[in-house]
Amino acid sequence: MSVRSTVPPSSVSAHGGVPPFSSADTRRQDGAPPGPLDAKAESAGIDADLVARRSRAARRRRLTIYVLRLVFAVVWLGSWELTTRLNIVDPFFVGQPSGVVVRLWTWITDGTALGPLWLQAAVTMEEAVLGFVIGSALGIVLGILLGRVELIAEVLSPFIKGANAIPRVVLGSLFAIMFGLSVWGKASTAVVLVFFVVFFNAFQGVREVDRNLVANARILGADNRRLTTEIIIPSAMSWILASLHISFGLAIVGAVVGELFGATAGLGQLIYNAGHTFDVNGVFAGMFVLAVLALIAEGLISALENRLIKWRPSRVSGEIPI
Amino acid sequence: MASPSIELRGVTKRFATPKGGIYTALRDLTMDVAPGEFCAVVGPTGCGKSTTLALISGLELASAGEVRVEGRPVKGIADGIGYVFQTDAVFPWKTVLDNVAAGPRYHGAPGRDAHARAKDWIARVGLAGFEDRYPHQLSGGMRKRVGLAQSLINGPRILLMDEPFSALDVQTRTLMEDELLALWASTSASVVFVTHDLEEAIALADRVVVLTAGPGTVKGTYEVDLPRPRNVAEIRFQPRFAQIYEAIWSQLRDEVLVSYERQKHGAAV
Repeated sequence: MSVRSTVPPSSVSAHGGVPPFSSADTRRQDGAPPGPLDAKAESAGIDADLVARRSRAARRRRLTIYVLRLVFAVVWLGSWELTTRLNIVDPFFVGQPSGVVVRLWTWITDGTALGPLWLQAAVTMEEAVLGFVIGSALGIVLGILLGRVELIAEVLSPFIKGANAIPRVVLGSLFAIMFGLSVWGKASTAVVLVFFVVFFNAFQGVREVDRNLVANARILGADNRRLTTEIIIPSAMSWILASLHISFGLAIVGAVVGELFGATAGLGQLIYNAGHTFDVNGVFAGMFVLAVLALIAEGLISALENRLIKWRPSRVSGEIPI
Repeated sequence: MASPSIELRGVTKRFATPKGGIYTALRDLTMDVAPGEFCAVVGPTGCGKSTTLALISGLELASAGEVRVEGRPVKGIADGIGYVFQTDAVFPWKTVLDNVAAGPRYHGAPGRDAHARAKDWIARVGLAGFEDRYPHQLSGGMRKRVGLAQSLINGPRILLMDEPFSALDVQTRTLMEDELLALWASTSASVVFVTHDLEEAIALADRVVVLTAGPGTVKGTYEVDLPRPRNVAEIRFQPRFAQIYEAIWSQLRDEVLVSYERQKHGAAV
């Protein structure tokens, strides 16, 4: 797996978007010539009309998108279900949507072969969250440190590049030996997957800090500590948060792969078991649960992102939220 | 005469280029700025105007020659200097209030005190009511005001300005120039104002220094004996303004041509 820095959704220095104030300057707000009252009222009417029309258009567009999404899902799942029902393809090998639903339902009501479903999900999430938190904390701290201190960066660079070149999932077997069946074997696999993505982004984020901002802060009297906490870190935050989006998915990969190397519970183990008993629907059902959990985590990270960088220009309306 | 506020004596600045060569930005530059003087530096593109400011501020150190600020040799960033950058240098993740309060806070002022002073300066640059906005919510001219307040709040004795208004539209720019003069008149700061716009230089400054095409050195200095207070938009119509403009332009033109020819050939190579 190769890991490169991801580009943050919007660069720090870009001043995109139209400023909310139409006139070039608002210095003399009191100096605005009071227009005739009726003209003002009329223009307000036109404005309101425009706004209403725009929001209607936006609503229609949203509705169209939801309908098309539904159509897509129906065609996709419907053709899958139909072809397997008509025995054009053998459901034994590709599964069947209705079978997946049934399997999910039995897991929820009767529990899985390994115990209740929620327990499997909790086990995997515990591993993934531990790996995610430790991996990203290490990545952020080391990324910022190496980004700030050139000497350390140059000394460590070949080692880090070398470590990054290893297909790191194989370390899972090593961690299984080191930590046995405990949660740490899986969490460690997640850590090594998460760490490098976050590290490279934090490092790059520090490197990409606008030199003008640094010069400005130094002139204004910022010492090195202030420079790091008030300029470098906020500036690198866009990059770091962009990497967190990807890395939670990687943490789940780490946890699941870790479970393959030896576990008594967890969604990875559940999927592994299903695979071994040729239960294709079970594999799909496990994947589905993992996907739902990953999406929830993604939502939480987005919420965190919006809180942390509320200074960033808001998304352009009409942008497709993916 | 009082000792100069800024002295540059035979200053040379060389940079190492990424290809391993050496680029000389300034060669043997000598100039003074008197206390409280508004000095404009003009010159063609790439003549080292910005480098001059970097040397005075201590962001860069001279390769040869001597730079003194208030009699002391420049060894690094010193207190008492304000710097308004060409591009936006306000911090996008801070509100207007926190941006302006940054200087006092970096100097150890308690938060409440810094905020009170910042509020005062925000009002003085005409942004009262915008304290809680983030820079991306402001227009270019408003961001420039924030930058100005951010520098002036530290009470700089020396204000360095690097083409601060070049990115603004003409009307906003004229407004800002007038406002800068008003703000400057209320301080006793020496100003070095770098610009490529000769009209702007004459309208604002007491003295205009013309630099040669790079590596820059002083080609000539010109006193601007137009009366103050000035109205930037109207002063351009005075016959004296035209005279000064002509005198300086005859010097500047040659350098601009040299710079232009060089760029053309540079592009052809």
